[in-house]
Amino acid sequence: MSAPLLEAKGLNLAFGAVRALDDVAIDIHPGEVVAIVGESGSGKSSLLRVLAGQMRPDAGTVLYRDPAGTAHPVHGMGEAALRRLMRTDWGFVHQNARDGLRMGVSAGGNVGERLMAIGARHYGGIREEATEWLKRVEIDPARIDHLPRTFSGGMQQRLQIARTLVTRPRLVFMDEPTGGLDVSVQARLLDLIRALVADLGIAVLLVTHDIAAARLLAHRILVMRRGQVVEHGLTDRVLDDPQHPYTQLLVASVLAA
Amino acid sequence: MSHEPGSPFGGYNFAYLDENTKRMIRRALLKAVAIPGHQVPFGAREMPLPYGWGTGGIQVTAAILGPRDVLKVIDQGADDTTNAVSIRRFFSRVAGVRGTTRTAEATIIQTRHRIPETPLTEAQTLVYQVPMPEPLFRLEPRLAETRRMHALADYGLMHVKLYEDIARHGHVSTAYSYPVMVGGRYLMSPSPIPAFDNPKMHRMPALQLFGAGREKKIYAVPPYTEVRSLDFEDHPFRPHRADGCCALCGSTTSYLDEVLTDDRGGRMFVCSDTDYCEERQEAAATAAPASTTPAPETEGVA
Ligand SMILES: Nc1ncnc2c1ncn2[C@@H]1O[C@H](COP(=O)(O)OP(=O)(O)OP(=O)(O)O)[C@@H](O)[C@H]1O
Ligand SMILES: [Mg+2]
Repeated sequence: MSAPLLEAKGLNLAFGAVRALDDVAIDIHPGEVVAIVGESGSGKSSLLRVLAGQMRPDAGTVLYRDPAGTAHPVHGMGEAALRRLMRTDWGFVHQNARDGLRMGVSAGGNVGERLMAIGARHYGGIREEATEWLKRVEIDPARIDHLPRTFSGGMQQRLQIARTLVTRPRLVFMDEPTGGLDVSVQARLLDLIRALVADLGIAVLLVTHDIAAARLLAHRILVMRRGQVVEHGLTDRVLDDPQHPYTQLLVASVLAA
Repeated sequence: MSHEPGSPFGGYNFAYLDENTKRMIRRALLKAVAIPGHQVPFGAREMPLPYGWGTGGIQVTAAILGPRDVLKVIDQGADDTTNAVSIRRFFSRVAGVRGTTRTAEATIIQTRHRIPETPLTEAQTLVYQVPMPEPLFRLEPRLAETRRMHALADYGLMHVKLYEDIARHGHVSTAYSYPVMVGGRYLMSPSPIPAFDNPKMHRMPALQLFGAGREKKIYAVPPYTEVRSLDFEDHPFRPHRADGCCALCGSTTSYLDEVLTDDRGGRMFVCSDTDYCEERQEAAATAAPASTTPAPETEGVA
């Protein structure tokens, strides 16, 4: 297997007395989908934010390996480099589409922003690319000039995904991308994400408390509880043969539901 | 030097501001010139004029003014509006400097909303009054964030705005304060001059200084600096001008204002730059003395 894209060790993060991350280690390889599951408050979002460089851990390191194979410490590369990474090699899909979209900017402008940020200066070309991506995420291209606030929740989320993937990032962080949506809408969105990710060969770190979503999308699963990774392994192994009592409980509660 | 009451400057220091304040503003100006297009904060002083009347420009002018300077002040291209007249009178009172309406005669031109039509020279300085120095303020309300965007030259958002304009109107609808890149590095608002004037900023021989009083910012474009209006390859920047010629001087290239001539909807176009227009009218009158219309030869404008 190739060297990991992202490699984190010894991550610790405390909010007062709360240990949001307690000696967490994780790595993710190119093209791999890794799900982080666990109950509310277990530290999933904190882990994602620390890995993406949005929050500094109290201890531990996160290394990112660029396409040339050079490893960079995410928390030591400086804001300018991190921002450049965030709009080129990386992407972030938020649970709430409003946090990831510009609500006052048309669908086409939302998709085009990352292209323009990395230097695209041909209006027709940007528009063509935006049209293409709207189709890919199953949004009628006729709505290219409409504002996202006129879109349904599921459409907004698909628009956010198009806007993130348009520059073909190597690694995408997703925090509960299907949270807050109807079950049928969720299923359709998960199928779409799976198809796009497989097609583009993107690595994804997916935070979810939906075990079914993890099973559908992820190659590997990490189970978190109270800031610790209590179990990790290949998706089928973890879900079909959970070792840790907490994972057993988690899987059992889904089966029962 | 300071002056006692009864001094030639009505009891004020030369050019109104005390020398320490002027030095502070000059330091900000030097920094601004060293980093073209970058907004430098300065400790703006209260001026005997309300914000919106050009207090930023006045402080910059006061800081660079010398006794032998000749000052021209324009407002929307005109020398005779209340704002222009009172600023010129102010400096004549507190600095004793000569005023002029002639662009070519002036060493310092303080302006609101226009760049003169007559090309400026290395011997001149253009001082802009700026109401809002931040070109990103409509797109990103958080000032800390706009500072970060400037620091990282992260200007994709500005292009999103242009994209939206074209998507909505078929062209970029921004007619004033059209954003420019200075020296290929800093995004800058050229103050509310018409986009028509933007090309004049590019490699201008004169020093251009910008003062924003309320926002307490100074920025500058040194002589011969590259100033590019943002655009797309397939939607190039086009300086917009009303299609017509000046009813007074016949200019087909100057920036035109539309004025009403009667209360029945009659209207005509005239040059917005009044000095330019008058000079052209005078030149035409001298060139054609046999003309049927009497030449307005009685008075110089200065
Ligand atoms: N900014 C913060 N300030 C204080 N405490 C915080 C902050 N962010 C997270 N925490 C705490 O850290 C712990 C982990 O929170 P985190 O948001 O990472 O959990 P999560 O697994 O994403 O939960 P959820 O499934 O509800 O989103 C929680 O106890 C939370 O209350
Ligand atoms: Mg969370």
